[in-house]
Amino acid sequence: MDSSLLLIKGLKRSFVAPDGHRQMIVDVPQFSLAPQVQQALSGESGSGKTTFLNLIAGILKPDSGSIQLDGADIAMLSESKRDRMRAFKIGYIFQTFNLLQGYTCLENVILGMSFGEGEDRQFARQLLERVGLAQRLNHYPRQLSTGQQQRVAVARALANKPSLVLADEPTGNLDHKNARESLALIREACRENKAALLLVSHDRDVLGNFERVGNFHEMNLAIVPEVIL
Amino acid sequence: MSVWVVKQQSQKTFTGVNAGFDAVLGARGSKLQLVLNAIFHLEASPGNLAWQDFLDIQKNPNVELAVPLAVGDNYHGYRLVGTTPDLFTRGEYSPGKHFEVQPGGEWNDPERREAVVGDFVARKLKLKVGDTFHPFHGLIYDERNQHSETYVVVGVLKPSNTPADRVIWIPLAGIQRMSGHDPRAATEVSAVLVKLRAGSAMAGFQLDMLYNKQGNRLTFAWPVGDVMGELFNKIGWFDRVLTLVSYLVALVAAGSILASIYNSMNERRRELAILRALGARRMTIFSTILLESATIAALGVAGGFVFYLGLMMVVAGIIREQTGVVLEPFAFNPVMLWSPVMFIALGALAGILPAFKAYRTDVASSLIPQS
Repeated sequence: MDSSLLLIKGLKRSFVAPDGHRQMIVDVPQFSLAPQVQQALSGESGSGKTTFLNLIAGILKPDSGSIQLDGADIAMLSESKRDRMRAFKIGYIFQTFNLLQGYTCLENVILGMSFGEGEDRQFARQLLERVGLAQRLNHYPRQLSTGQQQRVAVARALANKPSLVLADEPTGNLDHKNARESLALIREACRENKAALLLVSHDRDVLGNFERVGNFHEMNLAIVPEVIL
Repeated sequence: MSVWVVKQQSQKTFTGVNAGFDAVLGARGSKLQLVLNAIFHLEASPGNLAWQDFLDIQKNPNVELAVPLAVGDNYHGYRLVGTTPDLFTRGEYSPGKHFEVQPGGEWNDPERREAVVGDFVARKLKLKVGDTFHPFHGLIYDERNQHSETYVVVGVLKPSNTPADRVIWIPLAGIQRMSGHDPRAATEVSAVLVKLRAGSAMAGFQLDMLYNKQGNRLTFAWPVGDVMGELFNKIGWFDRVLTLVSYLVALVAAGSILASIYNSMNERRRELAILRALGARRMTIFSTILLESATIAALGVAGGFVFYLGLMMVVAGIIREQTGVVLEPFAFNPVMLWSPVMFIALGALAGILPAFKAYRTDVASSLIPQS
Protein backbone atom coordinates (compact mmCIF):
# COMPACT_ATOMS: atom_id res chain seq x y z
CA MET A 1 0.00 0.00 0.00
CA ASP A 2 1.35 3.39 -1.04
CA SER A 3 1.84 5.78 1.90
CA SER A 4 1.63 8.89 -0.29
CA LEU A 5 -0.85 11.60 0.60
CA LEU A 6 -0.82 12.70 -3.01
CA LEU A 7 -0.08 10.38 -5.89
CA ILE A 8 -0.30 11.58 -9.47
CA LYS A 9 0.04 9.35 -12.50
CA GLY A 10 -0.12 10.19 -16.19
CA LEU A 11 -1.74 13.55 -15.59
CA LYS A 12 -2.57 15.43 -18.76
CA ARG A 13 -4.49 18.61 -19.37
CA SER A 14 -4.82 20.57 -22.57
CA PHE A 15 -6.59 23.76 -23.61
CA VAL A 16 -7.90 24.99 -26.92
CA ALA A 17 -5.60 27.74 -28.14
CA PRO A 18 -7.03 30.91 -29.70
CA ASP A 19 -6.09 29.55 -33.13
CA GLY A 20 -8.36 26.57 -32.49
CA HIS A 21 -5.68 23.95 -31.92
CA ARG A 22 -5.64 21.88 -28.76
CA GLN A 23 -2.46 22.54 -26.81
CA MET A 24 -1.09 20.37 -24.02
CA ILE A 25 -0.35 22.39 -20.86
CA VAL A 26 0.33 19.77 -18.25
CA ASP A 27 1.82 16.36 -18.92
CA VAL A 28 3.18 14.93 -15.66
CA PRO A 29 3.88 11.19 -15.79
CA GLN A 30 4.27 10.81 -12.02
CA PHE A 31 4.40 12.83 -8.86
CA SER A 32 3.92 11.97 -5.20
CA LEU A 33 3.90 13.71 -1.85
CA ALA A 34 3.93 12.05 1.54
CA PRO A 35 1.78 13.29 4.45
CA GLN A 36 3.09 16.36 6.30
CA VAL A 37 5.96 16.72 3.84
CA GLN A 38 6.81 20.16 2.53
CA GLN A 39 7.86 20.28 -1.09
CA ALA A 40 8.62 23.16 -3.41
CA LEU A 41 8.43 23.07 -7.17
CA SER A 42 10.50 25.48 -9.17
CA GLY A 43 9.39 26.66 -12.55
CA GLU A 44 9.49 29.74 -14.67
CA SER A 45 6.40 31.76 -15.43
CA GLY A 46 4.37 30.01 -18.05
CA SER A 47 5.47 26.51 -17.21
CA GLY A 48 1.94 25.37 -16.25
CA LYS A 49 2.48 25.37 -12.47
CA THR A 50 -0.84 27.02 -11.66
CA THR A 51 -2.72 24.66 -13.93
CA PHE A 52 -0.98 21.77 -12.16
CA LEU A 53 -2.12 23.07 -8.75
CA ASN A 54 -5.65 23.71 -10.05
CA LEU A 55 -5.80 20.10 -11.23
CA ILE A 56 -4.73 18.87 -7.80
CA ALA A 57 -7.29 21.18 -6.16
CA GLY A 58 -10.02 19.78 -8.41
CA ILE A 59 -10.74 23.22 -9.87
CA LEU A 60 -9.83 21.79 -13.26
CA LYS A 61 -10.58 18.30 -14.49
CA PRO A 62 -7.73 16.48 -16.22
CA ASP A 63 -8.00 15.08 -19.71
CA SER A 64 -6.49 11.86 -18.44
CA GLY A 65 -4.49 10.44 -15.56
CA SER A 66 -5.20 10.06 -11.89
CA ILE A 67 -4.77 12.30 -8.86
CA GLN A 68 -5.04 10.24 -5.71
CA LEU A 69 -5.51 12.34 -2.58
CA ASP A 70 -5.96 10.44 0.65
CA GLY A 71 -6.90 7.41 -1.41
CA ALA A 72 -9.59 9.12 -3.51
CA ASP A 73 -9.02 9.78 -7.21
CA ILE A 74 -9.93 13.42 -7.72
CA ALA A 75 -9.87 12.93 -11.48
CA MET A 76 -12.75 10.47 -11.23
CA LEU A 77 -14.93 12.53 -8.95
CA SER A 78 -17.91 14.58 -10.07
CA GLU A 79 -17.51 18.34 -9.90
CA SER A 80 -19.65 18.49 -6.78
CA LYS A 81 -17.51 15.88 -5.04
CA ARG A 82 -14.34 17.66 -6.12
CA ASP A 83 -15.75 20.79 -4.49
CA ARG A 84 -16.32 18.83 -1.28
CA MET A 85 -12.83 17.35 -1.45
CA ARG A 86 -11.35 20.82 -1.92
CA ALA A 87 -13.36 22.23 0.97
CA PHE A 88 -12.38 19.50 3.40
CA LYS A 89 -8.89 18.41 2.44
CA ILE A 90 -7.16 21.18 0.55
CA GLY A 91 -6.09 24.63 1.59
CA TYR A 92 -5.14 26.99 -1.23
CA ILE A 93 -2.93 30.06 -0.86
CA PHE A 94 -3.02 32.25 -3.95
CA GLN A 95 -0.43 34.68 -5.16
CA THR A 96 -3.05 37.43 -5.17
CA PHE A 97 -4.49 36.20 -1.84
CA ASN A 98 -8.06 36.27 -3.20
CA LEU A 99 -9.63 37.60 -0.03
CA LEU A 100 -13.23 38.72 -0.19
CA GLN A 101 -13.06 42.47 0.15
CA GLY A 102 -16.51 42.89 1.69
CA TYR A 103 -15.70 40.63 4.61
CA THR A 104 -13.49 41.17 7.64
CA CYS A 105 -10.42 39.03 8.33
CA LEU A 106 -12.40 36.89 10.74
CA GLU A 107 -15.31 36.56 8.31
CA ASN A 108 -12.95 35.56 5.49
CA VAL A 109 -11.62 32.72 7.61
CA ILE A 110 -15.07 31.69 8.85
CA LEU A 111 -16.41 31.75 5.30
CA GLY A 112 -13.69 29.29 4.33
CA MET A 113 -14.91 27.04 7.13
CA SER A 114 -18.54 27.24 6.11
CA PHE A 115 -17.98 25.06 3.05
CA GLY A 116 -16.00 22.46 4.97
CA GLU A 117 -15.88 21.52 8.63
CA GLY A 118 -18.40 24.15 9.60
CA GLU A 119 -18.05 27.52 11.23
CA ASP A 120 -15.83 27.58 14.30
CA ARG A 121 -15.35 31.16 15.36
CA GLN A 122 -13.01 30.23 18.18
CA PHE A 123 -10.67 28.28 15.88
CA ALA A 124 -10.81 31.09 13.30
CA ARG A 125 -9.68 33.52 16.00
CA GLN A 126 -6.90 31.18 17.06
CA LEU A 127 -5.65 30.92 13.48
CA LEU A 128 -5.63 34.67 13.03
CA GLU A 129 -3.91 35.11 16.37
CA ARG A 130 -1.37 32.52 15.27
CA VAL A 131 -0.53 34.51 12.15
CA GLY A 132 -0.18 37.68 14.24
CA LEU A 133 -3.48 39.35 13.43
CA ALA A 134 -5.13 39.24 16.85
CA GLN A 135 -5.63 43.00 16.67
CA ARG A 136 -6.97 42.94 13.14
CA LEU A 137 -9.85 40.48 13.39
CA ASN A 138 -12.47 42.97 12.33
CA HIS A 139 -10.41 44.81 9.76
CA TYR A 140 -11.29 44.57 6.10
CA PRO A 141 -8.62 43.43 3.64
CA ARG A 142 -8.23 46.94 2.22
CA GLN A 143 -7.32 48.15 5.71
CA LEU A 144 -4.40 45.72 5.88
CA SER A 145 -0.90 45.79 4.42
CA THR A 146 -0.04 43.30 1.68
CA GLY A 147 1.85 41.13 4.15
CA GLN A 148 -1.09 41.12 6.55
CA GLN A 149 -3.46 40.12 3.75
CA GLN A 150 -1.15 37.21 2.98
CA ARG A 151 -1.41 36.10 6.60
CA VAL A 152 -5.19 36.14 6.44
CA ALA A 153 -4.94 33.95 3.33
CA VAL A 154 -2.70 31.53 5.26
CA ALA A 155 -5.16 31.39 8.15
CA ARG A 156 -8.04 30.79 5.74
CA ALA A 157 -6.14 28.00 3.97
CA LEU A 158 -5.79 26.17 7.28
CA ALA A 159 -9.36 26.82 8.44
CA ASN A 160 -10.68 23.37 7.56
CA LYS A 161 -7.63 21.55 8.92
CA PRO A 162 -6.64 20.34 5.45
CA SER A 163 -4.21 17.49 4.86
CA LEU A 164 -2.69 19.35 1.91
CA VAL A 165 -1.92 23.04 1.44
CA LEU A 166 -1.24 24.30 -2.06
CA ALA A 167 0.63 27.58 -2.37
CA ASP A 168 0.93 29.29 -5.73
CA GLU A 169 3.72 31.86 -5.72
CA PRO A 170 2.61 32.90 -2.21
CA THR A 171 5.35 35.48 -1.85
CA GLY A 172 5.11 36.87 -5.35
CA ASN A 173 3.45 40.08 -4.22
CA LEU A 174 5.55 40.65 -1.12
CA ASP A 175 8.79 42.51 -0.54
CA HIS A 176 11.86 40.57 0.48
CA LYS A 177 11.41 40.91 4.24
CA ASN A 178 7.71 40.13 4.17
CA ALA A 179 8.31 37.24 1.78
CA ARG A 180 10.79 35.62 4.15
CA GLU A 181 8.52 36.05 7.17
CA SER A 182 5.47 34.91 5.28
CA LEU A 183 7.18 31.80 3.98
CA ALA A 184 8.36 30.88 7.47
CA LEU A 185 4.83 31.39 8.74
CA ILE A 186 3.28 29.20 6.05
CA ARG A 187 5.73 26.41 6.74
CA GLU A 188 5.34 26.61 10.53
CA ALA A 189 1.57 26.81 10.35
CA CYS A 190 1.42 23.79 8.04
CA ARG A 191 3.73 21.87 10.33
CA GLU A 192 1.65 22.74 13.40
CA ASN A 193 -1.52 21.72 11.62
CA LYS A 194 0.05 18.51 10.27
CA ALA A 195 -0.65 19.53 6.70
CA ALA A 196 1.58 18.69 3.75
CA LEU A 197 2.68 21.71 1.73
CA LEU A 198 3.16 21.87 -2.02
CA LEU A 199 4.50 25.26 -3.02
CA VAL A 200 5.32 26.45 -6.50
CA SER A 201 7.56 29.43 -7.08
CA HIS A 202 10.14 30.78 -9.43
CA ASP A 203 11.87 32.72 -6.64
CA ARG A 204 15.26 31.18 -5.83
CA ASP A 205 15.21 32.67 -2.30
CA VAL A 206 11.95 30.94 -1.59
CA LEU A 207 13.06 27.66 -3.08
CA GLY A 208 16.27 27.82 -1.08
CA ASN A 209 14.29 27.40 2.13
CA PHE A 210 13.02 23.95 1.19
CA GLU A 211 14.79 20.67 1.73
CA ARG A 212 12.77 19.10 -1.11
CA VAL A 213 12.73 21.07 -4.33
CA GLY A 214 11.56 19.66 -7.66
CA ASN A 215 11.92 21.19 -11.07
CA PHE A 216 8.48 21.48 -12.58
CA HIS A 217 9.87 22.41 -15.97
CA GLU A 218 11.59 19.02 -16.13
CA MET A 219 8.66 17.21 -14.57
CA ASN A 220 6.14 18.59 -17.06
CA LEU A 221 6.62 17.06 -20.49
CA ALA A 222 4.23 19.50 -22.14
CA ILE A 223 5.60 22.37 -24.12
CA VAL A 224 3.52 25.27 -22.95
CA PRO A 225 3.01 28.19 -25.31
CA GLU A 226 2.85 31.51 -23.50
CA VAL A 227 -0.06 32.70 -25.54
CA ILE A 228 -2.37 30.31 -23.67
CA LEU A 229 -1.00 31.02 -20.26
CA MET B 1 -51.57 46.12 -2.90
CA SER B 2 -52.89 49.64 -2.31
CA VAL B 3 -54.81 49.46 -5.57
CA TRP B 4 -56.50 46.23 -4.57
CA VAL B 5 -57.26 47.22 -1.00
CA VAL B 6 -58.54 50.70 -1.86
CA LYS B 7 -60.68 49.21 -4.60
CA GLN B 8 -62.12 46.42 -2.50
CA GLN B 9 -62.50 48.48 0.65
CA SER B 10 -64.10 51.35 -1.23
CA GLN B 11 -66.48 49.11 -3.09
CA LYS B 12 -67.38 47.15 0.02
CA THR B 13 -67.81 50.24 2.15
CA PHE B 14 -69.59 52.45 -0.35
CA THR B 15 -72.00 49.74 -1.41
CA GLY B 16 -72.50 48.79 2.23
CA VAL B 17 -73.29 52.28 3.48
CA ASN B 18 -77.02 52.95 3.30
CA ALA B 19 -77.61 54.84 6.52
CA GLY B 20 -80.00 52.06 7.47
CA PHE B 21 -82.37 52.70 4.56
CA ASP B 22 -83.21 50.58 1.55
CA ALA B 23 -84.08 53.29 -0.93
CA VAL B 24 -84.20 56.98 -1.63
CA LEU B 25 -87.14 58.78 -3.23
CA GLY B 26 -86.35 62.03 -4.98
CA ALA B 27 -87.02 64.24 -7.94
CA ARG B 28 -86.77 62.73 -11.39
CA GLY B 29 -83.13 62.30 -12.29
CA SER B 30 -80.12 60.14 -11.71
CA LYS B 31 -80.43 57.46 -9.08
CA LEU B 32 -76.74 57.74 -8.36
CA GLN B 33 -77.01 61.50 -7.81
CA LEU B 34 -79.94 60.91 -5.52
CA VAL B 35 -78.09 58.34 -3.43
CA LEU B 36 -74.92 60.40 -3.30
CA ASN B 37 -76.92 63.40 -2.18
CA ALA B 38 -79.20 61.78 0.38
CA ILE B 39 -76.99 59.01 1.78
CA PHE B 40 -73.45 60.29 1.31
CA HIS B 41 -74.24 64.01 1.49
CA LEU B 42 -72.25 64.60 -1.67
CA GLU B 43 -73.41 66.05 -4.96
CA ALA B 44 -76.23 68.52 -5.44
CA SER B 45 -79.84 67.52 -5.03
CA PRO B 46 -81.50 66.63 -8.34
CA GLY B 47 -84.49 68.75 -7.26
CA ASN B 48 -87.30 68.78 -4.74
CA LEU B 49 -90.44 66.77 -4.27
CA ALA B 50 -93.68 67.84 -2.73
CA TRP B 51 -94.52 67.25 0.90
CA GLN B 52 -97.49 65.23 -0.29
CA ASP B 53 -95.10 62.81 -2.05
CA PHE B 54 -93.44 62.24 1.29
CA LEU B 55 -96.78 61.64 2.95
CA ASP B 56 -97.81 59.24 0.20
CA ILE B 57 -94.80 57.00 0.52
CA GLN B 58 -94.91 57.24 4.30
CA LYS B 59 -98.41 55.80 4.18
CA ASN B 60 -97.47 52.99 1.82
CA PRO B 61 -98.06 49.70 3.71
CA ASN B 62 -94.74 48.31 2.49
CA VAL B 63 -92.79 51.19 4.01
CA GLU B 64 -91.67 50.86 7.59
CA LEU B 65 -90.01 54.24 7.89
CA ALA B 66 -89.79 57.28 5.66
CA VAL B 67 -87.63 60.21 6.68
CA PRO B 68 -87.63 63.47 4.72
CA LEU B 69 -84.42 65.38 4.09
CA ALA B 70 -83.94 68.97 3.00
CA VAL B 71 -80.63 70.39 1.89
CA GLY B 72 -79.47 73.70 0.56
CA ASP B 73 -77.30 75.36 3.19
CA ASN B 74 -73.88 74.90 4.71
CA TYR B 75 -71.68 76.09 7.49
CA HIS B 76 -68.08 76.55 6.40
CA GLY B 77 -68.53 73.95 3.69
CA TYR B 78 -70.25 71.35 5.87
CA ARG B 79 -73.85 70.64 4.91
CA LEU B 80 -76.82 71.54 6.97
CA VAL B 81 -79.40 68.80 6.50
CA GLY B 82 -82.91 69.31 7.71
CA THR B 83 -84.77 66.24 8.88
CA THR B 84 -87.30 64.98 11.39
CA PRO B 85 -86.53 63.37 14.77
CA ASP B 86 -87.45 60.00 13.25
CA LEU B 87 -83.99 59.73 11.71
CA PHE B 88 -82.44 59.65 15.16
CA THR B 89 -85.14 57.99 17.20
CA ARG B 90 -86.31 55.30 14.76
CA GLY B 91 -83.54 55.08 12.21
CA GLU B 92 -80.65 52.64 12.53
CA TYR B 93 -77.49 53.59 10.67
CA SER B 94 -76.47 49.95 10.78
CA PRO B 95 -78.41 47.01 12.19
CA GLY B 96 -79.13 47.62 15.86
CA LYS B 97 -77.23 50.89 15.98
CA HIS B 98 -78.99 54.20 16.52
CA PHE B 99 -77.41 57.62 16.38
CA GLU B 100 -76.52 58.90 19.81
CA VAL B 101 -75.54 62.30 21.12
CA GLN B 102 -72.40 62.61 23.18
CA PRO B 103 -72.75 63.17 26.91
CA GLY B 104 -73.68 66.74 27.67
CA GLY B 105 -75.75 67.15 24.53
CA GLU B 106 -79.35 66.46 23.52
CA TRP B 107 -81.46 66.05 20.39
CA ASN B 108 -82.65 69.24 18.78
CA ASP B 109 -86.17 70.46 19.28
CA PRO B 110 -87.87 70.36 15.86
CA GLU B 111 -89.62 73.61 16.65
CA ARG B 112 -86.49 75.58 17.49
CA ARG B 113 -83.30 76.64 15.74
CA GLU B 114 -81.19 73.97 17.27
CA ALA B 115 -78.49 71.87 15.65
CA VAL B 116 -76.92 68.50 16.32
CA VAL B 117 -73.46 68.41 14.83
CA GLY B 118 -71.75 65.35 13.38
CA ASP B 119 -68.62 64.27 15.22
CA PHE B 120 -66.28 65.00 12.29
CA VAL B 121 -67.70 68.51 11.78
CA ALA B 122 -67.54 69.24 15.49
CA ARG B 123 -63.87 68.36 15.56
CA LYS B 124 -63.04 70.20 12.36
CA LEU B 125 -64.92 73.37 13.24
CA LYS B 126 -64.34 73.05 16.98
CA LEU B 127 -68.06 73.27 17.65
CA LYS B 128 -69.42 72.31 21.02
CA VAL B 129 -72.70 72.38 22.84
CA GLY B 130 -73.79 75.97 23.43
CA ASP B 131 -71.98 77.41 20.42
CA THR B 132 -74.03 79.45 17.95
CA PHE B 133 -73.58 79.96 14.23
CA HIS B 134 -75.15 81.53 11.18
CA PRO B 135 -75.64 79.13 8.22
CA PHE B 136 -74.53 80.06 4.71
CA HIS B 137 -76.68 79.62 1.66
CA GLY B 138 -75.89 76.89 -0.85
CA LEU B 139 -73.87 73.73 -0.57
CA ILE B 140 -70.57 75.48 -1.23
CA TYR B 141 -69.24 77.89 1.34
CA ASP B 142 -69.33 81.52 0.29
CA GLU B 143 -68.95 84.05 3.08
CA ARG B 144 -71.11 86.55 1.19
CA ASN B 145 -74.14 84.26 1.44
CA GLN B 146 -74.66 84.17 5.16
CA HIS B 147 -78.18 83.72 6.50
CA SER B 148 -79.34 85.85 9.36
CA GLU B 149 -80.76 82.97 11.41
CA THR B 150 -78.77 81.93 14.44
CA TYR B 151 -78.56 78.28 15.36
CA VAL B 152 -77.39 76.92 18.65
CA VAL B 153 -75.54 73.64 18.99
CA VAL B 154 -77.43 71.44 21.44
CA GLY B 155 -75.70 68.16 20.73
CA VAL B 156 -72.76 66.48 19.08
CA LEU B 157 -73.24 63.02 17.55
CA LYS B 158 -71.22 60.15 18.84
CA PRO B 159 -68.94 58.97 16.00
CA SER B 160 -70.87 56.63 13.71
CA ASN B 161 -68.17 56.36 11.02
CA THR B 162 -70.82 57.15 8.44
CA PRO B 163 -71.40 60.19 6.25
CA ALA B 164 -73.71 61.51 9.01
CA ASP B 165 -70.57 62.53 10.91
CA ARG B 166 -69.92 65.21 8.30
CA VAL B 167 -73.32 66.85 8.58
CA ILE B 168 -74.92 69.49 10.75
CA TRP B 169 -78.41 68.26 11.47
CA ILE B 170 -81.17 70.80 11.96
CA PRO B 171 -84.98 70.56 11.98
CA LEU B 172 -86.58 70.07 8.57
CA ALA B 173 -88.41 73.37 8.87
CA GLY B 174 -85.09 75.10 9.40
CA ILE B 175 -84.05 74.49 5.81
CA GLN B 176 -87.54 74.86 4.43
CA ARG B 177 -88.05 78.27 5.96
CA MET B 178 -84.54 79.67 5.98
CA SER B 179 -84.48 83.35 5.01
CA GLY B 180 -83.85 83.91 1.33
CA HIS B 181 -85.12 80.48 0.29
CA ASP B 182 -87.87 80.18 -2.29
CA PRO B 183 -91.18 80.21 -0.34
CA ARG B 184 -92.25 77.15 -2.33
CA ALA B 185 -89.46 75.23 -0.56
CA ALA B 186 -91.46 75.45 2.64
CA THR B 187 -93.70 72.64 1.36
CA GLU B 188 -91.03 70.63 -0.38
CA VAL B 189 -88.26 68.23 0.61
CA SER B 190 -85.05 67.28 -1.19
CA ALA B 191 -85.37 63.53 -0.75
CA VAL B 192 -87.03 60.86 1.34
CA LEU B 193 -85.06 58.04 2.91
CA VAL B 194 -87.14 54.88 2.75
CA LYS B 195 -86.90 51.77 4.87
CA LEU B 196 -89.03 48.94 3.55
CA ARG B 197 -90.95 46.68 5.82
CA ALA B 198 -89.03 43.49 6.53
CA GLY B 199 -90.48 40.45 4.85
CA SER B 200 -92.21 42.29 2.02
CA ALA B 201 -89.86 41.00 -0.64
CA MET B 202 -91.76 42.52 -3.53
CA ALA B 203 -92.11 45.94 -1.93
CA GLY B 204 -89.02 47.33 -3.62
CA PHE B 205 -90.10 46.03 -7.02
CA GLN B 206 -93.59 47.45 -6.60
CA LEU B 207 -92.32 50.88 -5.63
CA ASP B 208 -89.75 50.72 -8.42
CA MET B 209 -92.59 50.04 -10.86
CA LEU B 210 -94.75 52.74 -9.35
CA TYR B 211 -92.23 55.54 -9.41
CA ASN B 212 -89.73 54.63 -12.11
CA LYS B 213 -91.71 52.70 -14.72
CA GLN B 214 -95.25 54.03 -14.45
CA GLY B 215 -94.56 57.51 -13.22
CA ASN B 216 -92.22 60.07 -14.67
CA ARG B 217 -92.13 62.68 -11.94
CA LEU B 218 -90.03 61.01 -9.24
CA THR B 219 -87.12 58.62 -8.98
CA PHE B 220 -87.00 55.70 -6.62
CA ALA B 221 -83.35 54.66 -6.09
CA TRP B 222 -83.47 51.09 -4.88
CA PRO B 223 -81.60 49.18 -3.63
CA VAL B 224 -79.04 51.70 -2.44
CA GLY B 225 -76.11 49.24 -2.55
CA ASP B 226 -76.83 48.33 -6.17
CA VAL B 227 -76.97 51.96 -7.20
CA MET B 228 -73.52 52.49 -5.70
CA GLY B 229 -72.37 49.23 -7.26
CA GLU B 230 -73.25 50.68 -10.67
CA LEU B 231 -70.91 53.55 -9.95
CA PHE B 232 -68.06 51.11 -9.37
CA ASN B 233 -69.02 49.21 -12.51
CA LYS B 234 -68.86 52.45 -14.47
CA ILE B 235 -65.37 53.18 -13.23
CA GLY B 236 -64.33 49.55 -13.59
CA TRP B 237 -62.14 50.40 -16.58
CA PHE B 238 -60.09 52.72 -14.41
CA ASP B 239 -59.73 49.98 -11.87
CA ARG B 240 -58.52 47.60 -14.57
CA VAL B 241 -56.00 50.18 -15.79
CA LEU B 242 -54.66 50.57 -12.25
CA THR B 243 -54.44 46.81 -11.90
CA LEU B 244 -52.54 46.59 -15.15
CA VAL B 245 -50.22 49.38 -14.03
CA SER B 246 -49.55 47.57 -10.77
CA TYR B 247 -48.67 44.39 -12.69
CA LEU B 248 -46.37 46.42 -14.91
CA VAL B 249 -44.70 48.02 -11.90
CA ALA B 250 -44.08 44.56 -10.45
CA LEU B 251 -42.64 43.35 -13.76
CA VAL B 252 -40.43 46.41 -14.16
CA ALA B 253 -39.20 45.99 -10.58
CA ALA B 254 -38.41 42.33 -11.27
CA GLY B 255 -36.66 43.36 -14.48
CA SER B 256 -34.61 45.89 -12.52
CA ILE B 257 -33.54 43.21 -10.07
CA LEU B 258 -32.60 40.96 -12.97
CA ALA B 259 -30.64 43.69 -14.76
CA SER B 260 -28.80 44.91 -11.68
CA ILE B 261 -27.78 41.46 -10.48
CA TYR B 262 -26.99 40.26 -13.99
CA ASN B 263 -24.81 43.29 -14.67
CA SER B 264 -23.05 42.86 -11.36
CA MET B 265 -22.15 39.29 -12.25
CA ASN B 266 -19.14 40.38 -14.29
CA GLU B 267 -17.80 42.43 -11.39
CA ARG B 268 -18.48 39.60 -8.99
CA ARG B 269 -17.05 36.87 -11.17
CA ARG B 270 -13.83 36.76 -9.18
CA GLU B 271 -15.69 36.84 -5.88
CA LEU B 272 -17.78 33.87 -6.99
CA ALA B 273 -14.68 32.06 -8.19
CA ILE B 274 -13.05 32.59 -4.79
CA LEU B 275 -16.07 31.02 -3.12
CA ARG B 276 -15.85 28.10 -5.53
CA ALA B 277 -12.12 27.76 -4.84
CA LEU B 278 -12.91 27.59 -1.12
CA GLY B 279 -15.18 24.64 -1.81
CA ALA B 280 -18.57 26.19 -2.54
CA ARG B 281 -20.55 24.01 -4.94
CA ARG B 282 -22.18 25.33 -8.08
CA MET B 283 -25.62 24.82 -6.58
CA THR B 284 -24.57 26.78 -3.50
CA ILE B 285 -23.60 29.70 -5.72
CA PHE B 286 -26.80 29.33 -7.74
CA SER B 287 -28.92 29.27 -4.58
CA THR B 288 -27.04 32.21 -3.11
CA ILE B 289 -27.84 34.40 -6.11
CA LEU B 290 -31.48 33.28 -6.07
CA LEU B 291 -31.66 34.04 -2.37
CA GLU B 292 -30.08 37.43 -2.95
CA SER B 293 -32.64 38.20 -5.61
CA ALA B 294 -35.50 37.05 -3.42
CA THR B 295 -34.09 39.03 -0.49
CA ILE B 296 -33.98 42.21 -2.56
CA ALA B 297 -37.60 41.56 -3.51
CA ALA B 298 -38.46 40.87 0.15
CA LEU B 299 -36.81 44.12 1.22
CA GLY B 300 -38.77 45.84 -1.53
CA VAL B 301 -41.94 44.25 -0.20
CA ALA B 302 -41.12 45.38 3.34
CA GLY B 303 -40.43 48.91 2.11
CA GLY B 304 -43.53 48.77 -0.03
CA PHE B 305 -45.59 47.68 2.95
CA VAL B 306 -44.39 50.64 4.99
CA PHE B 307 -45.21 52.89 2.04
CA TYR B 308 -48.57 51.14 1.74
CA LEU B 309 -49.38 51.83 5.39
CA GLY B 310 -48.53 55.49 4.96
CA LEU B 311 -50.39 55.79 1.68
CA MET B 312 -53.46 54.02 2.99
CA MET B 313 -53.61 56.23 6.05
CA VAL B 314 -53.53 59.27 3.77
CA VAL B 315 -56.07 57.81 1.33
CA ALA B 316 -58.38 56.67 4.12
CA GLY B 317 -58.07 60.12 5.70
CA ILE B 318 -58.96 61.84 2.42
CA ILE B 319 -61.93 59.55 1.80
CA ARG B 320 -63.16 60.07 5.31
CA GLU B 321 -62.77 63.83 5.03
CA GLN B 322 -64.50 63.98 1.69
CA THR B 323 -67.26 61.44 2.25
CA GLY B 324 -67.41 60.55 5.91
CA VAL B 325 -66.97 56.92 4.91
CA VAL B 326 -64.36 55.14 6.97
CA LEU B 327 -62.17 52.58 5.22
CA GLU B 328 -60.36 49.91 7.19
CA PRO B 329 -57.05 49.82 5.35
CA PHE B 330 -55.45 47.52 7.87
CA ALA B 331 -58.22 44.95 7.85
CA PHE B 332 -56.93 41.65 6.49
CA ASN B 333 -57.22 41.29 2.77
CA PRO B 334 -55.97 38.21 0.91
CA VAL B 335 -53.92 40.52 -1.30
CA MET B 336 -51.74 41.24 1.75
CA LEU B 337 -50.74 37.60 1.69
CA TRP B 338 -50.50 36.70 -1.98
CA SER B 339 -49.02 39.99 -3.16
CA PRO B 340 -45.78 39.76 -1.08
CA VAL B 341 -45.49 36.03 -1.83
CA MET B 342 -46.00 36.65 -5.54
CA PHE B 343 -43.52 39.52 -5.58
CA ILE B 344 -40.84 37.59 -3.70
CA ALA B 345 -41.38 34.65 -6.05
CA LEU B 346 -41.11 37.03 -8.99
CA GLY B 347 -37.88 38.40 -7.50
CA ALA B 348 -36.50 34.88 -7.17
CA LEU B 349 -37.58 34.17 -10.73
CA ALA B 350 -35.72 37.27 -11.88
CA GLY B 351 -32.63 35.90 -10.17
CA ILE B 352 -32.60 32.68 -12.21
CA LEU B 353 -30.72 34.12 -15.18
CA PRO B 354 -27.96 35.79 -13.14
CA ALA B 355 -27.83 32.72 -10.90
CA PHE B 356 -27.31 30.56 -13.96
CA LYS B 357 -24.56 32.88 -15.10
CA ALA B 358 -22.94 32.59 -11.68
CA TYR B 359 -23.45 28.83 -11.82
CA ARG B 360 -21.44 28.69 -15.02
CA THR B 361 -18.57 30.85 -13.72
CA ASP B 362 -15.29 29.28 -14.77
CA VAL B 363 -13.27 29.17 -11.58
CA ALA B 364 -9.78 28.79 -13.00
CA SER B 365 -9.99 31.60 -15.53
CA SER B 366 -11.86 33.92 -13.16
CA LEU B 367 -9.57 33.30 -10.25
CA ILE B 368 -6.02 32.96 -11.25
CA PRO B 369 -4.07 34.17 -14.20
CA GLN B 370 -2.48 31.15 -15.83
CA SER B 371 1.29 31.10 -15.26
